[in-house]
Amino acid sequence: MHKLKSFLPVLFSALALITALALPDSPLHPEAQAPFLSYVFAAVLIVTAVLFFVGLKSPRYTKKYTHKAPFCCGVLAFLTVLNILTVKTAILPVLYFPSLDRVAGVLITDAAFIGKCLLYSLRLLITGWVCGAAAGIFTGIAIGVNPGARYWVYPLVRVLGPIPSTAWVPLVLVSFPTVVSASAFLIALAVWFPTTVLTSSGIGSIQNSYFEAAATLGASPGYTIFKVAVPAALPHVFIGLFNGTTASFITLVTAEMLGAKYGIGWYINWQKEMMSYANVYAGLIVMSITCYLLITFLFKFRDKVLIWQKGVIKW
Amino acid sequence: MVGGIEISHVNKEFTNPQGETVRALHDVSLSIAPGDFISLIGPSGCGKSTLLRLISGLISPDSGSVKLDGGDITSPGSDRGFMFQEHTLFPWLNIYDNIAFGLRARKIFRGSEKLVDEFISLVGLKGFEKYYPHQLSGGMCQRASLARALVGHPKVLLLDEPLGALDAFTRMNMQDEILRIRAEQNMTMIMVTHDVDEAIYLSDRIVVMTPRPGKIISVVDVGLSHPRARGGEDFLAYHAKILRLLNYTISKPEPDYYL
Ligand SMILES: Nc1ncnc2c1ncn2[C@@H]1O[C@H](COP(=O)(O)OP(=O)(O)OP(=O)(O)O)[C@@H](O)[C@H]1O
Ligand SMILES: [Mg+2]
Repeated sequence: MHKLKSFLPVLFSALALITALALPDSPLHPEAQAPFLSYVFAAVLIVTAVLFFVGLKSPRYTKKYTHKAPFCCGVLAFLTVLNILTVKTAILPVLYFPSLDRVAGVLITDAAFIGKCLLYSLRLLITGWVCGAAAGIFTGIAIGVNPGARYWVYPLVRVLGPIPSTAWVPLVLVSFPTVVSASAFLIALAVWFPTTVLTSSGIGSIQNSYFEAAATLGASPGYTIFKVAVPAALPHVFIGLFNGTTASFITLVTAEMLGAKYGIGWYINWQKEMMSYANVYAGLIVMSITCYLLITFLFKFRDKVLIWQKGVIKW
Repeated sequence: MVGGIEISHVNKEFTNPQGETVRALHDVSLSIAPGDFISLIGPSGCGKSTLLRLISGLISPDSGSVKLDGGDITSPGSDRGFMFQEHTLFPWLNIYDNIAFGLRARKIFRGSEKLVDEFISLVGLKGFEKYYPHQLSGGMCQRASLARALVGHPKVLLLDEPLGALDAFTRMNMQDEILRIRAEQNMTMIMVTHDVDEAIYLSDRIVVMTPRPGKIISVVDVGLSHPRARGGEDFLAYHAKILRLLNYTISKPEPDYYL
């Protein structure tokens, strides 16, 4: 059973490679620079074959891979179907669904430029994210522990928070000196709102008995805030940060329409206007991989910080 | 000697979620000498925890006064250690940091690291310092809470069913430890328990309470010298006496049935 499971990806990548090489391309599709997709399938075939043989010898090492094997097959099958629907038969509209070879081609030949765009985006995203997260945690704690702040600031949060970042664009453009600072502000705003709300509600939902225990142990109010309220609210804070992070990705694309010179969101929009959809897909792939990695990093960090939690919520 | 408590004519009412008034304590007076060991015993809801919370300063009386060494108790403080009925170890701190919490909060941790280790071994948790509360059994958590309340050398130690989650054997060991600590540190101890034998084994005086409204019906002086023989004749006589008092509180008909 295990052997079959880890053999299937070998079979699927072989089939994918055969489809890519043996079936003739439709003449409707512009020719790609090179058969990149076949290279990819060939590489996958080699890797899966190696993993299969390693698995035969010592199944211990490939346990994780065996578990993921059916999923690999699914991905290969999806790519093959897409390959057939696009370049092999041109069933899908040729303009909007370029061949996978061309998408892969863009990723390889345009890598330097896309990389530069990515760096610009990351700079913007990280600046905005850090400011928004810091401000959100600070506001959340203030609202959570201070009745005065709760009275004055919380209504403001409730009113300002749900406004979508696009709606701020006209105001932000006239109030910030540079496009970069305006864009960073929009991203910070998107992170700030959920972080604030969840930090303060996290503090609000802490069992009173923890505060009582701290008081009988002689802790001052300040000490109690930082050593009881904040750590107890951290699971909520991370949910807020997670929501803020997804919101920041959406805002990034909006923010880069304000007149950025580079940026992955800007790149996608620009290529869309030029009707070169292969580049659009390449940009989307880079963007989704980046978001995936950033979220994964956030989760890893959270698991480290919240090691004390029993049965941590898995996303 | 410090740690004397004077409770006089204390009343305390609560409003429950249905809006009804609950008389948790009604005209309660009790005088506790420094170094005394007092047990509070009585059916559920008779105001035992409420009395401890008044002494700790977490709540204040509606009328009457609660004094520690002559001064009014107005707020919680580290001179009155509290081991809560429910488990209140901080889940984000490991056992060591939980026990050291009070010392760190009062900025007296430097130089008393030894003390923390001492109390960890005293409650039998050596080797579990790095564990988080959710990784320990209920009984181990209770012992850690006890150490956390003790390590700051309070004048008065308030114990709300401290040994409830322990097996009979560990429980008896812990009772001896509590007696030893008390003798060593001269603390006043006030303990809520449902175990009559435990109350007799440990206490100088046993306060028997009754619910609705919560009040003290009797204070029994335990005139036995330590160490007390759990199965001894005198011991059993006290046992019968306390049970009689408790029985009386339970079987006494509600006043509403008369008239
Ligand atoms: N914060 C509160 N709000 C409302 N009612 C309360 C509150 N605290 C205590 N009470 C009520 O006061 C009464 C006495 O409660 P208390 O917790 O002191 O009882 P207890 O003797 O400790 O009982 P147990 O043995 O079950 O712990 C109960 O009827 C309880 O419902
Ligand atoms: Mg109680």
